[in-house]
Amino acid sequence: MTGHIEPMVGRYVHVDIDGEMHRIYFEENGAGIPLVCLHTAGSDGRQWRHLLGDEEFSKRFRIIAFDMPWHGKSNPPSSWTGEEYRLTTARYTATIRAFCHALGLQKPVVMGCSIGGRIVLNLAIDHAREFRALIGLEAADFQAPWYDTSWLHRPDVHGGEICAALVSGLIAPQGPEVSRRETLWSYMQGGPGVFKGDLHFYRVDGDLRGRVGKIDTGVCPLYLLTGEYDFSCTPEDTRRTAAAIGGASVTIMEQLGHFPMSENPGQFRRYIAPVLSEILKQSTTSTKQGAHV
Amino acid sequence: MTPSPTASDAAVIEAFAGIPGLLERAPALIARGRALDCECLLGTLDHPFHISIRSGRIVDLTPAPVLMRSWRFSYRATAAAWLEYWKPAPKPGWHDLLALTKLEQAALEGDLHPFMTHLQYFKDVLALPRRHGSAVPA
Repeated sequence: MTGHIEPMVGRYVHVDIDGEMHRIYFEENGAGIPLVCLHTAGSDGRQWRHLLGDEEFSKRFRIIAFDMPWHGKSNPPSSWTGEEYRLTTARYTATIRAFCHALGLQKPVVMGCSIGGRIVLNLAIDHAREFRALIGLEAADFQAPWYDTSWLHRPDVHGGEICAALVSGLIAPQGPEVSRRETLWSYMQGGPGVFKGDLHFYRVDGDLRGRVGKIDTGVCPLYLLTGEYDFSCTPEDTRRTAAAIGGASVTIMEQLGHFPMSENPGQFRRYIAPVLSEILKQSTTSTKQGAHV
Repeated sequence: MTPSPTASDAAVIEAFAGIPGLLERAPALIARGRALDCECLLGTLDHPFHISIRSGRIVDLTPAPVLMRSWRFSYRATAAAWLEYWKPAPKPGWHDLLALTKLEQAALEGDLHPFMTHLQYFKDVLALPRRHGSAVPA
């Protein structure tokens, strides 16, 4: 055997979400604290491949990235008969909790980007005790819309082309061209209407303004990191959100946009490494003090 | 009455006039626009161009206004927006056509269908002076 084989392994787990079994694809690597990674709207878990393959992080974390139903290698449920896909806050929350339950994860860290960052806030509001720490990338309680999502799913516009072209501007100009293209490639491959359906959660159903004040970072630490070039979830959106939450950590990431983990993995690593290190340190302290971790 | 061009307007006008030639040197970009025939109005807010595209090529670029000439969509931005957009690394919020509309430095109007079906094409065509920065003052 001469080929380079990457360390992450992909498998399927059958997950009961709201009473229906879903066949969910996930990849994982490493051992230690479970770190569950949530992809952006209209994409899939491939966005996390650099983090999954990270030699250092995987020594202390069990890094897991799963494809949401309808995304990547996780098919729509067998009950689907062609109706329009629409993600809701309740459904998204149930999916993450059911996935963690199916894998038997004990107090995982959850890190989500974009819609994944938004839902992390909802996990912090309603289910903080289930998690060791929560990390929201490109996260805010609300963002002002900047285009009409009906363009994403109509028969006279190529879905793959328009989804990628719209989000291409959310990538910072300094990133490697190969990473930019790879980030856009997953947007070109989404199922018809899936990106639009995810944005139903983002634009319509998942407005958390007025609710984030309930977050208690004493129960579960919350880290918010946003790229300076993200004009969808702007640094100001994240700062405004954090201002309503006592104790939330905010970092504005230079030379990064809306897809930090995939658009410029090396630059993102500089920002996420100290966060993971702090979580590790807190977990070690808790263990020494006899707390359940 | 159309105001007289400022120095910034003049720089943008000069850069726009060079775009058809730059596009001719980008066959892959022309190929991406191969199904596009369109009349559009592009440029600065006060001094845009009527641009005719046929099979992805710019076959005509004429300063507006032209009496009773029609266009399907228009994308016009401030001169400052274009000059920043054409820098190698524009500042945040000035790096994308739709970031500029959100920032209210640009206006997108008319029948958006040809623009949206060829969104990446238009982003790349209008970014050509960035790659060939000689037309843009530092």
